[in-house]
Amino acid sequence: MSKVFKRIYTYQFLLPAAIVYTVIFIVPTLMSFFFSLTRWTLSDWDFIGLRNFTTFFKEPSLSIGFKNTFIYAVVTCSLKVVGGLLLGVFLTGKIKTKDYLRSVVFFPTLVSTIAVGITFSMMMHPTEGLINTTLARFGIEGPDWLGDTRIALLSVAMVDVWKGVGFATIIYIAGILSIPEDYYEALQIDGGGAWNKFWSIIVPLSRPATNAVIILAFIGGLRSFDLIWAMTQGGPGFATDVIASIIYKQYQGGFYGLSTAGNVILFLFVSILVFPLSRYLNRKEVDL
Amino acid sequence: MSRGARIWAVEIAAVAASIVIFWIPLYFVVLTAMKSAPEASLMNLAWPSKIELWQNVKDVIRFGDFMLLRAFWNSSLLTVLSIAAMVIFCSMAAFVMQRRNDKATPWISFFVLAGLIIPPAIVPTIWVLDEIHLFKTMAGLVLVEVALGFPFCVLLYRGFMAAIPREIDEAAVVDGYGAFRLFFTIILPLLQPVTATIIVTQSVTIFNDFTNPLYFFPGAKNVTVQLTLYNYTSQFVSQWNLLFANILLITIPPLALFIFFNKRIVAGMTAGSVKG
Repeated sequence: MSKVFKRIYTYQFLLPAAIVYTVIFIVPTLMSFFFSLTRWTLSDWDFIGLRNFTTFFKEPSLSIGFKNTFIYAVVTCSLKVVGGLLLGVFLTGKIKTKDYLRSVVFFPTLVSTIAVGITFSMMMHPTEGLINTTLARFGIEGPDWLGDTRIALLSVAMVDVWKGVGFATIIYIAGILSIPEDYYEALQIDGGGAWNKFWSIIVPLSRPATNAVIILAFIGGLRSFDLIWAMTQGGPGFATDVIASIIYKQYQGGFYGLSTAGNVILFLFVSILVFPLSRYLNRKEVDL
Repeated sequence: MSRGARIWAVEIAAVAASIVIFWIPLYFVVLTAMKSAPEASLMNLAWPSKIELWQNVKDVIRFGDFMLLRAFWNSSLLTVLSIAAMVIFCSMAAFVMQRRNDKATPWISFFVLAGLIIPPAIVPTIWVLDEIHLFKTMAGLVLVEVALGFPFCVLLYRGFMAAIPREIDEAAVVDGYGAFRLFFTIILPLLQPVTATIIVTQSVTIFNDFTNPLYFFPGAKNVTVQLTLYNYTSQFVSQWNLLFANILLITIPPLALFIFFNKRIVAGMTAGSVKG
């Protein structure tokens, strides 16, 4: 690169963002590895080695967070992929109401998560709630959506999908619209039907969209906190506690070292799952 | 059934499903916000015997020494300041990152993109903010929002910047433009479509943000709209009408933005989200 352009593309331009990002994001991330090994009061710390981590793995109330985080991420992510794909196909088809439907599906993405959480926890009330009173009219006895430890996590996950599927749909619409018409014409000449169109053209060729949805939804699922906190606060018992809500609880309790250890664990958990996944998905993408 | 009739049946089914799945929850919020406390606690879709929407709105605004108004002010200020800083800082950074090509650039990209994946370390961030005396301040919270939004904005800006030919830069250099004049008078105006996307999506994200204000902006005076909603859940246990009046009020800004920019949001999202 010539000297002139080094001067034009000066690193001074990077400076403001770099300072904010380094001080507020990189430094705390690096420091978390150190503070996770301490008993910490913000002003004072005691080095205690790996004790925070052993506490985390030994206590059932803490280690349940791994299982829940993983289940939550996998369930929300797969439903968003399937739902987004189907809605995307439907909303790029020949229907007159598609502008209206696209807007409606996307709308929940813009509403506050806390508001959504409060509204749905009220609708999921076991006896008075809208969902169960409606089911009762059809003679079905609805479960206690948020009070039953076996299904509470899934109930919250459903609301997450309700709120987030619009985003996945938009990504799929973009992906499907970018498929060249020639493919459909070729299929028509070969005499393929709607089913072939879906399986042999749309699914493989909207692969970049699928990858984007998987990565975004999976990371979002692993890190999710606010919806769970608004709906159940981790309860009943610890049935809906995820790593992010445990981090908050430990922080609230003043266990800063333990909370930070939770952060390091979440960091490692996300990295171990997401980096190989994105590498795998990207390799597949090149083959097309 | 004929083909035409089948298409009609599908359309009607789709619109009916959208009403059940998306409009009923919204209707439920509006309806509950209009009721008296005893009627709201029945949690049903019955029409209120007397519409008390205005009274509920007044009550919820007056609550806690006009806490909601303070929250609206804080949330708006937070959104405006964060977006302003984000647009300027991120577009500048993306310009250098996209144009420059030396040994350091892949490393810089790696560190920035890692920010999309890595969850922020919360208590250490509080510690850092405390050390620089910005914990529990608006400035501190703005810095957090900018830092966390930076990777996403850079990604969008870089993608768009790649389509702006370098010949423009060269012509400007020949004309004797310096770096800052080139960027602020030529490049930044060309980035307007992405800037619009970023302003719309990030302002909704920041206005609706709950987690960061919860951690980094505690204190009675420092409340944001999402925190009022969360705090009220414990205060208004038996007054669902007030809680839902609050939901209604804080949903209006994103809703207005959505109605106003609907086409643009969807178009911008589709342009920015997938490279293929």
